[in-house]
Amino acid sequence: MSLSKQDIDHIARLARLEVAPQEKGDYVEKLSQIIELVEQLGAVDTTGVVPMAHPLDMVQRLRPDSVTEADQRDYLQQNARDTENGLYTVPKVIE
Amino acid sequence: MSTLLPDFAEMARALRAGKVSSRELTGDCLARIKRHDSSLNSFISVYPEQALAAADAADKAIAAGSAGPLTGIPMAHKDIFCAEGTRTTVGSKMLDNFVAPYDSRVVSGLAAAGMVSVGKTNMDEFAMGSSNETSYFGPVKNPWDLQRSPGGSSGGSAAAVAAGLVPAATGTDTGGSIRQPAALTGLTGLKPTYGRVSRYGMVAFASSLDQAGTLTRSASDAALMLGAMAGFDDRDSTCANVPVPDYSATLNDSLQGKTIGVPKEFFDDGLEAGCAQAVQDSIKEYQKLGAVIKEVSLPNLAMSVPVYYIVAPAECSSNLSRFDGVRFGYRTESTGDLADMYTRTRSEAFGVEVKRRIMTGAYVLSAGYYDAYYLQAQKVRQLISDDLSRCFAEVDVIMGPTTPTPAFKLGEKMNDPVQMYLNDIYTIAANLAGLPAISIPCGFSQNLPVGLQLIGTQFAEGLLLNCAHQYQQATDWHLRTPSISGGVA
Repeated sequence: MSLSKQDIDHIARLARLEVAPQEKGDYVEKLSQIIELVEQLGAVDTTGVVPMAHPLDMVQRLRPDSVTEADQRDYLQQNARDTENGLYTVPKVIE
Repeated sequence: MSTLLPDFAEMARALRAGKVSSRELTGDCLARIKRHDSSLNSFISVYPEQALAAADAADKAIAAGSAGPLTGIPMAHKDIFCAEGTRTTVGSKMLDNFVAPYDSRVVSGLAAAGMVSVGKTNMDEFAMGSSNETSYFGPVKNPWDLQRSPGGSSGGSAAAVAAGLVPAATGTDTGGSIRQPAALTGLTGLKPTYGRVSRYGMVAFASSLDQAGTLTRSASDAALMLGAMAGFDDRDSTCANVPVPDYSATLNDSLQGKTIGVPKEFFDDGLEAGCAQAVQDSIKEYQKLGAVIKEVSLPNLAMSVPVYYIVAPAECSSNLSRFDGVRFGYRTESTGDLADMYTRTRSEAFGVEVKRRIMTGAYVLSAGYYDAYYLQAQKVRQLISDDLSRCFAEVDVIMGPTTPTPAFKLGEKMNDPVQMYLNDIYTIAANLAGLPAISIPCGFSQNLPVGLQLIGTQFAEGLLLNCAHQYQQATDWHLRTPSISGGVA
């Protein structure tokens, strides 16, 4: 299947990415090739096959719901571009 | 005099006998990096002061008699493993400024065993690539031919070890990212069973496929390193609670009567003639070692690339949604509302291949397409896993080529992602089924190294290392080095 420029815009929006107008043609071409590659799977008969979500036959491990970590907020926030009073700051959301 | 010795065992002997100190071994690595890495670009960060301090601590432990088999041996980490207080970039502009606040299990495990990390190696951005050309820090060169790629995504680790800059390095393997670079640079590259090594502190790409492993000169070195990396860790919810055997103890077991399965699909038209010859010859060598060869079939092998390019991008698009410029990593300078901030941050800091994979993932998971792509891929993944299980009912180990060709030229496949993806045709199946696999040097084609791949059942790393070691006792391919290394080993 060949994707259109509109498809690229839609996918980019879902992925919170922006594709510059001059790059759009390249994305159309390359993503169409990739989709063509993966579409081969449609020809495989998978009637009655249980989907494999994970390579190990295991169940989710659970632990008691208790505090195991010390408070490291100031230390961890050193990697943030912008914080204020221990909070992460972002552009204004509500006017 | 060069202090670089052929394997860990000899280094440990020399260290204990006082013939060399860890400070000397480490200093020698740092000097070689300084001398050669401008032409290879295999390192993103080098930490001389920290490395020499760790080496001094190792020398004290050796003097005190409390050293283990890895104490004082220098190594490097792929820049995907968090190491406290140091930059961890994953080869991306997104994490160019990220200082890891804690150690990954792989880093702390090898440090506890006394290994000395000298720095962090270059890699494809977020481990997405098979040539190391998607790195924000530029491509890595193959020490065997500087015009060629060392493979990827663990290309920096492979180039650094092959050129003798460090005796060993860590890597990660989601679809072949340890084994393919090992094959293209003449190294031993081990991808353990999914869940064998904790993923704690290892930046995620595709969580049901990612696994940490080693790039070394020999199987005996890999056995020692894996012992220090493997084991249960409750900070990784998919880490397996399975005892870690002594991998060194079984290296010398006899291969008499072991059955090797050779899938006929591994020798298709896509396999370059010189690679095919080297791999066939190496399988004959196993016959001499007492193994029985049996032809087997993996009828769905050709579907492993399409399955991978649905499952991996789907998981990547989900994992990489965390990069929004708020808590860590890059943030755009441009002003706008919150949605603009997210979009611009991601668009400015992710490279083209990462964006392609995120978008592929977003597409195959989007409304109306989920069943046709993602669900169908999970079903075919099961069929590929069933094919492998059927083979292992008859054989102990599966063998074949690691890659379809020897190292390709830089730039050759960059404009054709599908051709680049098909380079992983022989390696992906082991990731899909969660099986351990190793690539070992088995000859040359066009004067470039060729890799033999061995695949085992889940948690059969001991048998794979045993098979690899026995081959390395009988042959000397793993001792061949490129001229840049100055004849190390």
